[in-house]
This record gives sequence, structure tokens and C-alpha cells, in this order.
Amino acid sequence: MAYAAEKLSEEKVFKDPVHRYIHVRDRAIWDLIGTKEFQRLRRIKQLGTTFLTFHGAEHSRFNHSLGVYEIVRRIIDDVFAGRPEWNDDDRLLTLCAALLHDLGHGPFSHSFEKVFDFDHEDFTNKIILGETEVNKILLKVGPGFPAKVAEIIAKTSEKKLVISLISSQIDADRMDYLQRDAYFTGVSYGHFDMERILRVMRPREDQVVIKKSGMHAVEDYIMSRYQMYWQVYFHPVSRSAEVILTKILHRAKQLFEENYAFKYDPLHFTSIFLGQVTLEDYLKLDESVILYYFQMWQEEVDSILSDLCRRFVNRNLFKFVEFDPANEYKKLAELNSLFKKAGIDPEYYLVVDSSSDLPYDFYRPGEEEERLPIHLLMKNEELRELSRESEIVDAISGKRRTDHKLYYPADYLADNSTKKNIKQQIRALLELE
Amino acid sequence: MLKDHAKLMQAIQVSGEITGRKKLQKMIYIAKKIAFPFHERFQFHFYGPYSEELTTRVEELCNMGFLDEVKEKKGGYFQYRYTLTDSGKEFLSLNDVDMPFLQDCLTDMNGQNARFLELVSTVLYFDNLSKEEVTNKVFTLKSSQRYTEAEIGEAFQYIEALKEKIQ
Repeated sequence: MAYAAEKLSEEKVFKDPVHRYIHVRDRAIWDLIGTKEFQRLRRIKQLGTTFLTFHGAEHSRFNHSLGVYEIVRRIIDDVFAGRPEWNDDDRLLTLCAALLHDLGHGPFSHSFEKVFDFDHEDFTNKIILGETEVNKILLKVGPGFPAKVAEIIAKTSEKKLVISLISSQIDADRMDYLQRDAYFTGVSYGHFDMERILRVMRPREDQVVIKKSGMHAVEDYIMSRYQMYWQVYFHPVSRSAEVILTKILHRAKQLFEENYAFKYDPLHFTSIFLGQVTLEDYLKLDESVILYYFQMWQEEVDSILSDLCRRFVNRNLFKFVEFDPANEYKKLAELNSLFKKAGIDPEYYLVVDSSSDLPYDFYRPGEEEERLPIHLLMKNEELRELSRESEIVDAISGKRRTDHKLYYPADYLADNSTKKNIKQQIRALLELE
Repeated sequence: MLKDHAKLMQAIQVSGEITGRKKLQKMIYIAKKIAFPFHERFQFHFYGPYSEELTTRVEELCNMGFLDEVKEKKGGYFQYRYTLTDSGKEFLSLNDVDMPFLQDCLTDMNGQNARFLELVSTVLYFDNLSKEEVTNKVFTLKSSQRYTEAEIGEAFQYIEALKEKIQ
């Protein structure tokens, strides 16, 4: 029997707290899960630094990837099967792309991407097309199959319907992470009636659309996305940890470029610092490796690196104040200068963090051909953009969605043993006293 | 501190004004691809390279009062025109952004229409492929735009002309 059609002798199931069970029947899917590149995702947290705010948020990209696969499997097998707009020949391709869509994520990948100019999608592509266990499995399906999977994930395939199942404004990726992140953080937001949404999804040539009768379930999904953004993804304490993490990476890179003699040689970082990272180097990185270095760098002679690592490891994070760049940018320049006078390097200890620094987003109606919006399928077969039909979605879409915070080390500023007057001025400017 | 915001403001200032969100997206993407240090991450979407970060950053600049966004009706849809406000200009004057040749490149791009810039950005997105493969990609992924081979050839020439401006 051709490998693509090969089924396991009996169905395998993974117990899952969000979907109850993840069902695997295809041999190729089972084999992909067993590859070392996919197993690596167990060692990469889905929510990066959020566990420092919500202690339950220790779930991994492995959990999430299985969840996305399961949602897509249900859509294809339970909703789309037999419909003329759906080509069942795309089934395995879609399932593989769903399972592997986050394969290129590295440890704390948002910070890594910012500091080292990485793109996890590039690494996903390299893992799928390179000399890897994943590639060998996909090649067993067919010689052009790895490239097809990579194109779906990169959104450069002509199969737009398949792409929209995995990456669109209402896709399996978001539906899984919203529910999973809500479950593991323990917040009461993030829940919506996914079963209902799946039942009203309909395939069209270029995208998945939603039957008008399912609009209220989609409203719930949009609301949950909105709430999770403000309550979890954009939580100021998680952002503080992210700021410190980013600054550790910046500092280590700068020290490396200055030929600083590390007590603990940053072996795993060398090719990254040199901008020559290979796929093999990249796959060796996971959070246990990164946290090992942070642990060891607490003992470095460089006071900035050791301090930032201590802060991250021991959760002694920066405090924050709301920051309004329009009215306070002159104050920021003043603070910058005072920090220097106080002997606190503002490059590392005075940081503005903005909403645009985050990898999460709100629903946008997508005017002027930006991104494809959610379309409702009306009774007369006409497609209508969601916010034109839903007052709730329209109200949320029009709201202000940006925010800036200024982070600083409160303990340094409270220490009056040195530069007391300058620190007093800083505290006054930050309105801390 | 807000360096990426300042770079974006600089791009709009040297362009005078930019009409159309799609045009703005494509101009910044093309500028980034040919050499300029914009850090917004782009992914391929339905209409070519698109950056959610850029969209949010523009929204932030509008909320800050540094950018003026005017919604205009054009044909059957709305489009947006962006210019720098006086306070935006003042902020920019206090933040040194050093991007030589940016004005020359962006002024040129601003003189092109959004459809052509969409093609140029798509060609650049696939710059790891051969010319023939890029052409096939454009025909497959952008079939609704009905680009011709001649237009694709012009896009390649345009990219080379832009690169020459920065040498």
C-alpha cells in the first residue's frame, strides 16, 4: 500500500486537556510525531515568559501543534468530507501542514527573532526541506511532498483554502491556542463554542467561510481573542520578563562582539552571534539550553549581564509605568540622561515596550486588501465581511488597540546609597513619589 | 527608544504623503528587502508580503498624534492617506534616523501604483528562486491581478534600478 494512504492497524490517541483526545490513524502523521525535530517542540513553551505571571502556563509547542492537527482533522473528516468544494486528495497535505506549522519555533522565539533577526518560518522551511527526519518521512509520501507542505505553511501555495484552515483570521491555529492558553493560564476568558464554529464552517475556492447562522459563535471567538490579548498576551508582567530576556541576549551579543572573556563560554550561541547559524546549530537550541546559560551567567563579571540573568532566573522583574509617547517623549530624553548620571545604563534599564512589539493581534476587518477578513455566508450565497453584520465585532474593531509601558529597575532607583539626589529626580519624573 | 517608530516616521516624511495602506506596506517591504534597516516582520498573505507589526505601529503613531490618517472614499472602497503631523516632525527632529538614499528610493516607489508595487514585492519575496520560477509563482499566486510577462520583466528591472540608487 502506498505510504500516503497507509493507516495504523489501530487508532492511536493522545489524551489532551483541551480536545479530550487527539486521534491519529495515518501512518505518516504518527511517524512525523516521532521525529526528533517534532519532539524538540516539547522543550519549547508555547507562551514564552508568561509562566512567570501565570504559573500554569508551562505548556509546550508540542501540545499546541497536536491540537492544531486535531482541529484540522475534525474539520476535514467531519465537516468538509464529501463537499464538492473540498478535494479529499489534499487531506494528508493539510494534516501534515497543520502538525508542522510551528516546527521552526526556537526557544523564547519572539525575543530571539527580535535580537538576532531570525524568522521561525524560515527555519520551518529549512527543517521540512533539509536533511532531517521530518523530511525523510515526507519524502516517503512523494518526491514533491515536502515542498508542498512547506508552501502551505509559508502561505505561498496556490491551495488557498488549505492555507486558510491553518492560517487566517479564524483558523485552527488561533482556535487551539486561545483555548489552550486559557486552560493553562487558568483565566476564565478564551473560551468559545468551537464545536459550533466547526459545524458552520464551509469550504469555498479561496477560503473557509462561516454560515451566517454561526455568527454568534464567531462573535464569542472574537471577544475571547480580544480578552486574551489584554489579559494574558499583553500582560505587563510577562512583558517585563520579555524585556529582560531580550536585554540579556543583547548584552551577551555585545560582550561577544567586544571579545569579552566569558567565564562560561557561550558555545551554543557562537554561530548565532556570528550570524552564521546552521540548521544543526538551531535545532540544538531549546529552553533548557538557554536557561542553563542564564543560570551560569549570573556569575559573570560583567555586572549588567549577571544582574539581568539574576532578575530573570529569580523573577526580580522591572516595574513599569504607563507611558504616553506623544506627551512624554521629552521626559523620556530627560530620564535617559538622568539614568546615565546615576550610573544605570538606560540602554538596558530604561525600556519602552509597545503593543507593536508583540506577536499577537486583534481581528481587523481588512479594508483595502490587507488581510483576508472573516466572511459570513448568507442564505443567498453572498459573502459579507463579519463586522458589517455583527455590531459586537464592529464595536471592538473600532477600539483603540495600542499601549506603551516604560520599564525600569525599581530596586536600583530605591537604593539611596549612591547618587541619592539624581535617583530622587528620576523617581519624581516617574511619579513614584 | 521608539527607534522603529522613528524610522517609519522618517519614511513617511521623506515620501511627503503615502496614500493607501497596501502601498505603505509594499513600500516598506521593498525598502527593507533592498537594504534599509526596517525591522518589521513580513509574511506572505493573500495580497503579498504583509506585516501585522507595521500595521500596529502605524496605528500607534496615529494614536500618538505623530501621524495623520485621512480616510478617503475612492471608487467602491475607502483608502487611507498618511502624513506626518507637526508633533511628529518635532519628535523626529529629536530622534536621529540615519538612512541615506531612503528619500530617493521611497520617492520613486511612491510614484508607482500599488498594483505594480504588489508585483515588485512579490518578486522580491521569491528572490531565492530563478526568474522562471518567480514568473510561475506570480502567475499562480497572483492570477487575479493578471500580470503579464512584460510587467514581471519591468518589476525585475525596477528592483535593479532601486538597488543602483543605493550603491
